[in-house]
Amino acid sequence: MPKLTIDGIEVEVDDGLTVLQACEIAGREIPRFCYHERLSVAGNCRMCLVEMERAPKPIASCAMPVGDGMVITTNSETIQKARKGVMEFLLINHPLDCPICDQGGECDLQDQAMSFGGDRSRYAEEKRAVKDKNLGPLVSTTMTRCIHCTRCIRFATEIAGVPELGATGRGEHMEVGTYVEKTLSSELSGNIIDLCPVGALTSKPYAFNARPWELKKTESIDVMDALGANISVDTRGAEVLRIVPRNNDDVNEEWISDKTRFACDGLRRQRLDQPYVRKDGNLQPASWEEAFAAIAEKVKGTSGNKIAALAGDQADCESMYALKELLSALGSSNIDCCQDGSSMGGERSSYLFNSGVNGIEEADAILIVGSNPRLESPVLNTRIRKRYLQGGVQIALIGEEADLTYKHDYLGAGPDTLGDVASGSNAFAQVLKDASHPMIIVGAGALARSDGDAVLGAARKIAEDTGMISGEWNGFNVLQNAASRVGGLDLGFVPGDGSVGTAEILSGAMDVVYLLGADEIPVAELANSFVVYQGHHGDAGAHQADVILPGAAYTEKNATYVNLEGRAQRTQLASFPVGEAKEDWAIIRALSQELGQTLPFDSLAELRAKMIAATPSLGNIDEVTPAEWGAFGSDGQMSSDAFVNPIENFFMTDPISRASSTMAACTSARVQSTRARTGTHG
Amino acid sequence: MSDFVQPTSFEFKAEALEMAKVHIAKYPEGRQASAVMPLLDLAQRQNDGWLPTAAMDYVADFLDMPRIEAYEVATFYTMYNLEPVGKHHVQVCTNLPCWLRGSDKIVEAAIRGTGTEMGSMSDDGLFTLSEMECLGACVNAPMMQINDDYYEDLDETSTESILTELRHGKEPKTGSQIGRKTCEPIGGLTSLKDAGAS
Repeated sequence: MPKLTIDGIEVEVDDGLTVLQACEIAGREIPRFCYHERLSVAGNCRMCLVEMERAPKPIASCAMPVGDGMVITTNSETIQKARKGVMEFLLINHPLDCPICDQGGECDLQDQAMSFGGDRSRYAEEKRAVKDKNLGPLVSTTMTRCIHCTRCIRFATEIAGVPELGATGRGEHMEVGTYVEKTLSSELSGNIIDLCPVGALTSKPYAFNARPWELKKTESIDVMDALGANISVDTRGAEVLRIVPRNNDDVNEEWISDKTRFACDGLRRQRLDQPYVRKDGNLQPASWEEAFAAIAEKVKGTSGNKIAALAGDQADCESMYALKELLSALGSSNIDCCQDGSSMGGERSSYLFNSGVNGIEEADAILIVGSNPRLESPVLNTRIRKRYLQGGVQIALIGEEADLTYKHDYLGAGPDTLGDVASGSNAFAQVLKDASHPMIIVGAGALARSDGDAVLGAARKIAEDTGMISGEWNGFNVLQNAASRVGGLDLGFVPGDGSVGTAEILSGAMDVVYLLGADEIPVAELANSFVVYQGHHGDAGAHQADVILPGAAYTEKNATYVNLEGRAQRTQLASFPVGEAKEDWAIIRALSQELGQTLPFDSLAELRAKMIAATPSLGNIDEVTPAEWGAFGSDGQMSSDAFVNPIENFFMTDPISRASSTMAACTSARVQSTRARTGTHG
Repeated sequence: MSDFVQPTSFEFKAEALEMAKVHIAKYPEGRQASAVMPLLDLAQRQNDGWLPTAAMDYVADFLDMPRIEAYEVATFYTMYNLEPVGKHHVQVCTNLPCWLRGSDKIVEAAIRGTGTEMGSMSDDGLFTLSEMECLGACVNAPMMQINDDYYEDLDETSTESILTELRHGKEPKTGSQIGRKTCEPIGGLTSLKDAGAS
């Protein structure tokens, strides 16, 4: 390991690091614009200059690999002068429009100009102006502010895997853009807003809404997919103004999907802000007492086995636990947290992403079954792409063919091909066998069907036959696409013995159905049931409901979610539920009293203590609780119907994103961009 | 941008297709994108000296590379014309050596000879006049390039006569206009006079 002296401090660092990284290890902060630790090195902004002994001139520390015995100076007069000079050049063409720029207050250029720049401009010539680009409904551009760091280009090409941004022209005429006008075809395009060190790329929906110092930041967890990306919910007053990622190397690194970032305007629309009770065929506003009374009246005359509950994709663990307890007190175990109809549960390793998200980076052969990870979890997909870019990995897909942003072998469309791999007659079986860390990723497209258990069995056979389960390594992964799913399964929010699950509940055989935020179901089938809908948006479930209990969205409650790898994480209340709405667990607790089955907890802490006692993994906050390998799945016959991916429109998958006008704009932009283009475009 | 219509489609003709394969074969397998520059040039030649977006798209798809990378290459180099040019693309060098040798006068003569302004195309579509950075013929400055040919050691008279000849469909003499052979000294050899004698 090379030893360096940095400003007189001796440090020993790993081989292959850059001088800039070594300086950070030594506790020296180096200013930079183009350098970003998750992107390739560009070395074009020159802000990170440091002095190296025996070098005739300052070096760009971001592009210089460390060497043994290097003597680096980061704070000499030469360096201060060099930084000041670089800063002056960068500011030559940068407009002085900070007061009207959305980046103001969180701008690298602003901050570094304060720290390293001069206090006046010597530039009296004309500044260049660049035409703004139209990058679609999410990213707003002011290209005159661009300093050509190329972070956005590198992000689009390397991380997102959609090489659509580039630098055209040269010298003073260089422009960053797409050349022909087009909406970025990535589900991750919002990240270039965070990456942009100046105000060239800013958020279009958030434009001119607030300054960063007005915002209250609340650390929370995303529930738009099952990855559980770490986010910061930025609020001013009661309004969620924006959502930005938090760094978590084990989960989302520092990326979030566009849906996570931009669907938050859906939190202001279509909200259920007071209880409703259906009277004379119409939903009428009601008080909590009236709503509870209506439910109590119906439930008291109904036997337990005619009562059922379905938990939706964004239900939190606390409310599912409370609801499960309530139903069991009422004598029912007709509960299901898999509203898509997949039959999961039981063995914990059968529904987890066992290798963990970090495990993807170790895999050297990946078989994706019935899933489009790019749509089901775009950020997880960046990990697969990251692994792909490192080389030495073979990726194959069974299911719907799609552009996953990395090259893959397309094996086939359905269970027949999966059967071939399981029996070893498909060549990819040998690839998996030869791999040291083989991996299978099974998606909802393969499991949410009537033969899901047999598909699971075949996947398990592949896992066991090709050595995916050995010692520390478990390459059997289920890619869940609902934030509530793993938590619900951990809690046992699945039909008990002799009870019925989603399919039967939706057949209309139940007298009372309690929907905990379940909307993505054929609600019309429940026409003959008494439907209680507890949720936060007036979506499909609420339209069918007989009683509506207004709950809290994920930004409005302290709640536990378990991500697809089995990592329990907690959201925090960023703003209060709207109107008369309440936190979900509290609604169920209050209802239990009305039903004469008072649940034995009076506070969230008491509930959590009981919940964790029942399911210890839920108390293991921010940590993955791994699962033991066990027997699951069946040897049953798989139908030969092709796997169908569950997500048709990435931008609208849940009540919040369906209510979001930004997501609607994305949907229409994407539809337009897939229409045939003509040469006169752009 | 001036008014012109981008064609909606582009395709190599048989001859260009043949050449494209020759260029691609120069590079190792999987590195076919390295041939982007000659292929863009082939496309430009096939399309009357300019490169429409459809042609860049075609070349990028042909080489299995992102389209934006073809745009980046094509916009970087001045040899690719992204707008239609006249039959004769007159490119006058105005860099330091040519300027010292009187390129200002050559520019004036070229404006007279082509009947158009710097950076635009003549109304008859015969000439486009462009200002160029160094074209590497400083030794015979001042000079200009018309399509693929260099015209060197220019003065106002020779510049105008070249352009007049072109206007009348003739083929003016290329290279030095004062009888110099390549870049030999004007007054004949001054050294190595007896080279080859011994």
